[in-house]
Amino acid sequence: MKIHIRNGRVVDPMNARDEVADVFVTASKIVAIGQAPAGFHANRTIDAAGLVVCPGLVDLSVRLREPGFEYRATLESEMLAAAAGGITSLACPPDTDPPLDEPGLVEMLKFRARNLPGPRVYPIGALTQKLEGKMLTEMAELTEAGCRAFTQADALPADTQVLLRAMEYAATFGFSLWLRPQDMSLARGGVAHDGAVASRLGLPGIPALAETVALATILQLARATGARVHIARLSTRDGIAMVRAAKAQGLAVTCDVASTHVHLSENDLVSFDSHLHLVPPLRSLRDRDAIREALRDGSIDALCSDHTPVDEDVKQVPFGESAPGASGVELLLPLTLKWAREMGVPLIQAIDLVSWKPAQILGVPGGNLAVGSCADICIFDETAEWIVTPKTLASQGDNTPFLNHPMQGRVRYTLIDGHIDFEAPH
Amino acid sequence: MNLQLTPDGRLRHLLTLDGLPRAILTQILDTAESFMDVGEREVKKVPLLRGKSIFNLFFEPSTRTRTTFEIAAKRLSADVVNLNIATSSQSKGEAILDTVDNLAAMHADMFIVRHSQSGAAHFIARHVAPHISVVNAGDGRHAHPTQGLLDMFTIRRYKGEFHNLTVAIVGDVLHSRVARSQIHALTTLGVPEVRVIGPKTLLPTGVEQMGVRVFHDMEAGLAGCDVVIMLRLQNERMKGALLPSAQEYFKFFGLTPAKLALARPDAIVMHPGPMNRGVEIDSEVADGPQSVILPQVTYGIAVRMAVMALLAGTGNA
Amino acid sequence: MHASLPDVDPLIARLADAIAPTLTPDTVIVGIHTGGVWVAERLHAILHCALPLGTLDISFYRDDFSRIGLHPQVKPSNLPFDLEGRDILLVDDVLHSGRTVRAAMNELFDYGRPASIRLAVLVDRGGHELPIRPDFTGLTLAVPDHQNINLSRLDDGHLTLTLA
Repeated sequence: MKIHIRNGRVVDPMNARDEVADVFVTASKIVAIGQAPAGFHANRTIDAAGLVVCPGLVDLSVRLREPGFEYRATLESEMLAAAAGGITSLACPPDTDPPLDEPGLVEMLKFRARNLPGPRVYPIGALTQKLEGKMLTEMAELTEAGCRAFTQADALPADTQVLLRAMEYAATFGFSLWLRPQDMSLARGGVAHDGAVASRLGLPGIPALAETVALATILQLARATGARVHIARLSTRDGIAMVRAAKAQGLAVTCDVASTHVHLSENDLVSFDSHLHLVPPLRSLRDRDAIREALRDGSIDALCSDHTPVDEDVKQVPFGESAPGASGVELLLPLTLKWAREMGVPLIQAIDLVSWKPAQILGVPGGNLAVGSCADICIFDETAEWIVTPKTLASQGDNTPFLNHPMQGRVRYTLIDGHIDFEAPH
Repeated sequence: MNLQLTPDGRLRHLLTLDGLPRAILTQILDTAESFMDVGEREVKKVPLLRGKSIFNLFFEPSTRTRTTFEIAAKRLSADVVNLNIATSSQSKGEAILDTVDNLAAMHADMFIVRHSQSGAAHFIARHVAPHISVVNAGDGRHAHPTQGLLDMFTIRRYKGEFHNLTVAIVGDVLHSRVARSQIHALTTLGVPEVRVIGPKTLLPTGVEQMGVRVFHDMEAGLAGCDVVIMLRLQNERMKGALLPSAQEYFKFFGLTPAKLALARPDAIVMHPGPMNRGVEIDSEVADGPQSVILPQVTYGIAVRMAVMALLAGTGNA
Repeated sequence: MHASLPDVDPLIARLADAIAPTLTPDTVIVGIHTGGVWVAERLHAILHCALPLGTLDISFYRDDFSRIGLHPQVKPSNLPFDLEGRDILLVDDVLHSGRTVRAAMNELFDYGRPASIRLAVLVDRGGHELPIRPDFTGLTLAVPDHQNINLSRLDDGHLTLTLA
């Protein structure tokens, strides 16, 4: 299929391009930008006047809920939701049921995903068997089956020696570890950031120390073993400073934050709304502001949605009993744009955080609009205003702290492998 | 906080004392004063809430609190239904909201809710129909507003005014919903110096931001106090590595006659109960002339009558 | 001030004259807050009652509670005598619908079972909604619904009637 994307503002961070230009797609590739190739006759022309044409978004954390949690959401629904969010490649965490700790499960997931409309799915494998933090998984076999990296769910293994061995083993093969900097014992029992707000509300707290202590461990072990480490979901000012310092010392470490944490803080918890129950917790305004600044100066490499759809049953309970997590794959783009607007950051830099940078962290093609690359393209209306409601969200998870909030920025088309996988109704 | 008030500023729910205007707190205390007289009559009932149904929804068991609410409701001539919902039978939130919906269908006018989770009363209040009021009888560590109010009533009875007092709250503030409610009430009513005294492990992070002065040294903290409020220490605190032993705690944070002598000679001693004699308070003090612990209990009925009468009277007829 | 509203003192004197022959040493006078208490205090003094004056606040017995809520200033009711078998003279300033008197009677019966209750009012303004009629009246005056007749007490203790 030949597609002509006409008159859009082409924003491609990897190639430093930000200009109005036409984009030409043939079959699964971008064949030209600017001038049509000789003899090009479009089967479909997309009028992108007034729209932004950028690389399809790469989301480093999207829970698809299969296998095991189909009552919360299905592969089909979440992949479509991701496409509606402009996402063309996504990484899904292994905390499924059963967890992705065996090649067979990974192959099955990839097979299912391949045959459904929606983004390329890159599973992140379990670091330890059953995610129990005790015995290593067959990382090489899992990598062959398609895993791009390995992670240990929401916290570090309780046994630090296991983490050390896992890092040494991964370093043997050059595998990446994506680690959540949370110390299980320091976080134990907590549901909100340990600060003035949680104290006032009587919610058990997770101190910032739970992140910084875990980070210290991760960074030291990374330095010692030479393992490639990506820090998944920073939330504290001090944590950001530690990662910044480690990078300055030459450590090859990357990090990301969830889009929720760019905008929300502990102050939003006043009403005990369990849609604000997140892991890591929403922290103080100082932490939030540090995140916003660190995204601007490059200390934080990427933004992701950390999409975690749940059924309302587990949210319609008192805060401390609720399951943590927010649905957000369709909000990654507008929330990124909102941050950029508020911080005065150029669009190209904002798009970089959700396309090229995460593509590099994930180690996959995509995240750019180079001629000859895969036609994974997002076309969006920067100015479109909409309200977040269960009707306007395609995901089966309506659990978002942004429910009933206005958003600005909406995807009109998502092309994956040259195929229009999502087209917004007019 | 808006959840608690009608658009014209009257009380619709009582969930927390945090953010309630001083005028409302004073109104409750004044109304409670008039109900004290009712309690001294032979016929201790008034017909104010006749025909109203009040449901005690206790997800966390409590005989004391539930009984005082029941007595208070009956003295207002309301019909009272007690529901003790064992937490084991309640699997998910569906159970809470389903329970609430079913009771509302049985023409409930008011729910008195006690739950082990902070925010539970807010959660229920957000869900109920406009004509139903929710009274928080204690939610997790967050709030126990009627206890806070009856403690203020007690202070006002013995000390008259709030604007010139120094009040100390001693003990496990971290886990105490009573302490949080007391702090909000004291600061709102204009008490110039509110102190919390305890070991670091038992004081919440950033508690100063609630408007209190922090002391780890009990003797320094009690100096010049007009009111000393002792909090209960629970056994679980030893298990959670927050304290080594009750003995060491008593030595440094228990109220003895010698320590009480550091407060003003006319200082009163309060305790929301139930007391752990020899752990946070010496029997000699608990039974001594400065203790107002027993009267505190009688004020609880009048205060709860006042709260229920004010809520029911926020016209929905 | 309405030209045709009389002074209060003569009205009270007339009431006292009418009441005096019916009193026994055991009769108690009970005034309803707030205006009824002022009138009752005067009557109590003029009639030289041996027993102390009783006062009632009917806030907790009003029938319009659900609609208008609790009055912000509830004064204590004070009945320093045993009501059992007692003859009570209930006193109010203005009789209108009769609901205040009904509430007062409900409250009295919560204290005990009197032998009799008789009602004395300074002004009967008509507009009765209940079968309650005064036994003793200082002044009968038809007041239209949109107007109010009020008893006020000045700083020097002087009582006056005003129409608003």
